[in-house]
Amino acid sequence: MDESPKLTQPVSARDHAEGPADAPLTLVEYGDYQCPYCGAAYPVVKRLQKTLGKKLRFVFRNFPVTQAHPYALIAAETAEAAALQGKFWEMHDLLFEQQASLKPDVIPQWAKKIGLDLDKFGKDIKQGVVQKRIKEDRQSGIRSGVNGTPTFYINGTRYDGPSDYDSLLAALKS
Amino acid sequence: MCKLVVGVEGRLDADIETSAVKCSHERQIKNSDCDRTVLGNRMTLHNSKENLMTALKPGIQAPDFSLSTTPDQKVSLSDFRGKPVVLVFYPADWSPVCSDQLALYSELKPEFSEFDAQIIGISVDGVWCHLAFSRDRKLQIPLLADFEPKGAVARQYGVYREKDGESERALFVIDAGGIIRWSYVSPVGINPGADGILKALEAMSKG
Repeated sequence: MDESPKLTQPVSARDHAEGPADAPLTLVEYGDYQCPYCGAAYPVVKRLQKTLGKKLRFVFRNFPVTQAHPYALIAAETAEAAALQGKFWEMHDLLFEQQASLKPDVIPQWAKKIGLDLDKFGKDIKQGVVQKRIKEDRQSGIRSGVNGTPTFYINGTRYDGPSDYDSLLAALKS
Repeated sequence: MCKLVVGVEGRLDADIETSAVKCSHERQIKNSDCDRTVLGNRMTLHNSKENLMTALKPGIQAPDFSLSTTPDQKVSLSDFRGKPVVLVFYPADWSPVCSDQLALYSELKPEFSEFDAQIIGISVDGVWCHLAFSRDRKLQIPLLADFEPKGAVARQYGVYREKDGESERALFVIDAGGIIRWSYVSPVGINPGADGILKALEAMSKG
């Protein structure tokens, strides 16, 4: 284990990705919607996307740390349920932008805000449709050496530096 | 004069400066400046220039110990004989990240339970510090206080950082018979995650 761990599950069609599939740089984040460090990383990723444009593909996978963050799981389920209606990124962004207000009661409002079919939304969460996917993300994260949230992988290798804009940009460019 | 780190029955004792040492098999070992491995992986003689403490390697019987976990409870490694044990040595409680190494392993308790493995955290912090830290992070794994003598167990396992007075960030996976099957020392600033542990537990379960 002398080199940094690698992603055991490569990015594929199942993933939520922003940016071209053939971008030279792929940044994968395993994140937790209630984690303040992930909250801080959210605008950093946005900036990186702006700077690198078509050179960057960003992928988000779930790693809710449920013991530390009681609402992390429901938030992950919410985003994955939104994904089933084609609005993953809208919900992902909303969850991080409103992170300070995150609690179970506001979820229906937010679902409504981004125009989800609330019936289907509620059903998908209740019937456990999205839980399987979140579990898969968790498993792939564990196997890939996720060591906290956020854990970033640059072109498949775990990044162990600080999560600020300059450090990440430097690592991506190198 | 040679600074010798002498292991007796697999334990690493404190450094002994001596001109001759009796090993556990009662042979006289003379001064030497060269590295020599005696008795296989049980004893290693090191050069006088450096105090090289190395983490105990696979194949060795994990040294037993007994440490406090709460102000009125003690835990011994031998309490868990019969199931795999994962020892997590870490420098200190209260590291400033919300999902630090201990919180991560606590979160992954279901995955470790699949192997019937017991995870145990060990640092030089005292029991009251562990209690407060454990409550704050809602940890589900016991934390042991390697407090008095300070770092004694970390030294036994070859993972004490003398300069800092803290243990390394080190992992040991021990099988049901008490033998170390995998060990790893992480750079102290990097949380090693759980993949190495799980790989080791899987390999063990396959026999």
